[in-house]
Order: sequence, then C-alpha cells, then structure tokens
Amino acid sequence: MAKAMKVRAFVKDGGVTVVKAILYHPMETGLRKDKGTGEVIPAHFITEVKVEHNGTQVLTCDWGTAVSKNPFLSFDISGTKAGDMVKITWVDNLGESETAEAAIS
Amino acid sequence: MNNSRRIFLRAALASSTVAIAVSAGLLTPRTVLAAWPKKAFEAKDENTALTELLGGTDLTPSGDVVVKTPDIAENGAVVSITVEQKVPGAESISVLVTENPTKLAANFNLSKQASSFIICRVKMRKTSDVIAVVKAGGKLYSGTGRVKVTLGGCGG
Repeated sequence: MAKAMKVRAFVKDGGVTVVKAILYHPMETGLRKDKGTGEVIPAHFITEVKVEHNGTQVLTCDWGTAVSKNPFLSFDISGTKAGDMVKITWVDNLGESETAEAAIS
Repeated sequence: MNNSRRIFLRAALASSTVAIAVSAGLLTPRTVLAAWPKKAFEAKDENTALTELLGGTDLTPSGDVVVKTPDIAENGAVVSITVEQKVPGAESISVLVTENPTKLAANFNLSKQASSFIICRVKMRKTSDVIAVVKAGGKLYSGTGRVKVTLGGCGG
C-alpha cells in the first residue's frame, strides 16, 4: 500500500496561502526494464492533479512521465484565510486516484 | 478465538472497509478532469509540443516569467524547477525540458487565485535548458533556466 499524500498549507501574507504537497507515486516512465526479469516496467504515472480551495477548483496540472517519482508540488493560492480547506486530487494513467485535504494554518 | 485476535480482526476489517470507501469513493477518474493532452506529452520536439498544447510556437521571452533551477543537478532523476510568473491574465504555465526525449514535462492550468509560482521536480536525461511558457491573452511568454546534469534521470 503506497504512502498517503501529504498536504500542508499555510498563510504567508495578504491572504496568500502557500501549499506544499508530496504525492507518493512511482511515476514509472514505461522505459525502464526490470533488472531481474529483463521485462519492461509498464508506464504508471500521475496524469492529472486538481486543487480545490473551499470546493472551488483553483489549479489543475497535466503531468507526463518526466515528473519525478514521489512528486513534490508547491504553489500559492490567493484570496484565502486560515481555516479554509485545500483539497488535492490526483488521477493516474491506470485510473487510480487519491484525494487529500488540509486546513490552511 | 481469543479476545486480542477478535480486536485485531475487527480493526483490520474496519480499516479495510474505510480504505475501500476512500479509494472507490464517488470519485470516478474519468469525470474528475478534462482530457489529458496526449499528443503534447508524446511530442519529441518542442514545436510540436507547443503547437499541440498551446496552439502556437511564437514565444516572447519575458522578465515576468522567471525560471529558477539548480546550476548543477547531480541526480537527474529529481531536479527542482521553480517558475515564478506575474503575467497579467496568465492562463497556464508549461514546463519543457529541451534535451529530454519528450519535451513537455508538465502543464499547469491557472485561475485568478492560483498561482504566481509553481515548484515541481522533473527528470532530466542530461544537461538541458528548462523553458517555462506562460499563456496569456493569446500570447506565449517564456523564461529559461539551464541545468547541468551529472547523472542522467531515467534510471536505466
């Protein structure tokens, strides 16, 4: 079972929140070979990430295989205050998905 | 069955039920988000990637798009890229790695609330430019960083 996504969100100033997240995921390119069997490890990577602030979508990301394993992501959201909720959802090329939420501190 | 086994099994069942509920949820992957730009991500040259994703290749270098990268990356598997942008009406930030086999690494679709900066980590096969393209008002603004990679990033 993969580790759960970690999300932290904190207000900087002027109603701007900085979000830092680690999305645990193998981000396999589909180009690597298993060193034991010699078989190609199939591509398995996050294709899309959606970010919501208090239920409103504020950012979406389209990712390819070049994004690193266990992707770190950071960005800012304006018009926010402590206590608001930030929700991050990812979907990968195999249809798997995960969601995590954090309150802005 | 002794009591500690009962407690263990009940806890295991409860947590697995929760896990199933959380992972299945009511979240159908296909309904969550718009179509993934496959052709853009498969493009082996920058112009194709830009055309497929953004509809054009005419980049205007701009001081409003700042790409921050390490000068040297010892591990090409994890290179931290920061893009700071203050283009009025910015709609998206796209990150391209010029020496990677497929050029487009990531694309970020913005809103009025987000974002003035993005930090992400990408794989880089070798020493390369990193180009960030911000689409705004029908124009494409760009900023560039350069990373020297001492150990390439595809792990194979």
